[in-house]
Amino acid sequence: MSEFLSGLVRLRRGPWEMVATILIALGVFMLMQPFVLWAFTYSFIVTLIGTVMFIIVSHFPE
Amino acid sequence: MSDRTVNRVAQATPERVARKIRGLSDRAIAWIFISPTIFLLLAINIFPLIWTIQLSFTNYKANRIGREVKDVGLRNYERILTDSDTWLNMQATAHFLFWTIFFQVLIGFTLAWLINKKFKGNDLWTTIIVLPMMLSPAVVGNFWKFLYQPQIGLFNYIVSWFTGKDPSSFEMLGSVTLAPWAIVIVDTWMWTPFVMLICLAGLRSIPDYIYEAAEIDRASKLRQFFTITIPMVLPFLMLAVLFRGIENFKMFDLVVQLTGGGPGSVTELTSINLKREAFEKWRTGYASAYAIILFVTVFGLASIYVKALNKVKQR
Repeated sequence: MSEFLSGLVRLRRGPWEMVATILIALGVFMLMQPFVLWAFTYSFIVTLIGTVMFIIVSHFPE
Repeated sequence: MSDRTVNRVAQATPERVARKIRGLSDRAIAWIFISPTIFLLLAINIFPLIWTIQLSFTNYKANRIGREVKDVGLRNYERILTDSDTWLNMQATAHFLFWTIFFQVLIGFTLAWLINKKFKGNDLWTTIIVLPMMLSPAVVGNFWKFLYQPQIGLFNYIVSWFTGKDPSSFEMLGSVTLAPWAIVIVDTWMWTPFVMLICLAGLRSIPDYIYEAAEIDRASKLRQFFTITIPMVLPFLMLAVLFRGIENFKMFDLVVQLTGGGPGSVTELTSINLKREAFEKWRTGYASAYAIILFVTVFGLASIYVKALNKVKQR
């Protein structure tokens, strides 16, 4: 966990890609879940942030 | 190309052109070669994407050319993401996505595991299993439409043979409860071989010496399966799940052929809904926003897919 956090602080690709992946997966889940409409409403912005973040952080050093 | 052919081509080239080419750097020649591809990519992919993004902020209707186009800001996105019907379409897509992936992985992995055991006729069975994947979705849709016929359909007769129900007492494509499962069955039938092939590649990549070492350590077959087979095949399985996930998220042809989105809208997946908004209701601006939402979702999933692919490559 500390390695993950230090990777985030030092702007390393691995942990940041993990965060972006989680955001994308969360966004897709929010888009398709049958429970609450508000999650569907905010799903796009979550996926968009995750996707843009993924594009940016994939240029970070290993 | 042989030296003789090269010489003939060089001699046939007019002196004026040859002089021009000789004066170009390697970099310039490389650009000349790739520029048609870049131009096509820009014209076919990038330009329509940018145009769609621009249209998604307007009230443009493609069937009313002379009408004034107004900028509506984020209203199209707001309307889509607060619309309960669109939400229901997303849920129909989620149902389709979840169950097709579940069955395809389960059956695909089991088939791969069985095919991986050496037995007589192994190659013939692989070819037979892979056949559905090679058919066109339009053909598969039509073919299953006949199989699902309540009066003459083979599927209904097989179900009635197992359950004792009258074959014409249920309609797979006409029932609100059965239609979502009918499309799941067809997609599973068609694409399970694809998952099987990926799993087979994973299973065949496991070196024999790992199993031999486990045998020496007296690990049981079950233990070998859970501690060697499953972890080693997992990246390949993930790849198959992501690939099928992306493909099924965009599913259109097979379902249109089978149910056309009906009965009602229980099998109206997002792509079918998008096509209706764009080419039946002609709400081009709204449909563009819808397309961008789907694009971002698929793009996000594709990013994860590429990451998983790189992990598999590194192994």
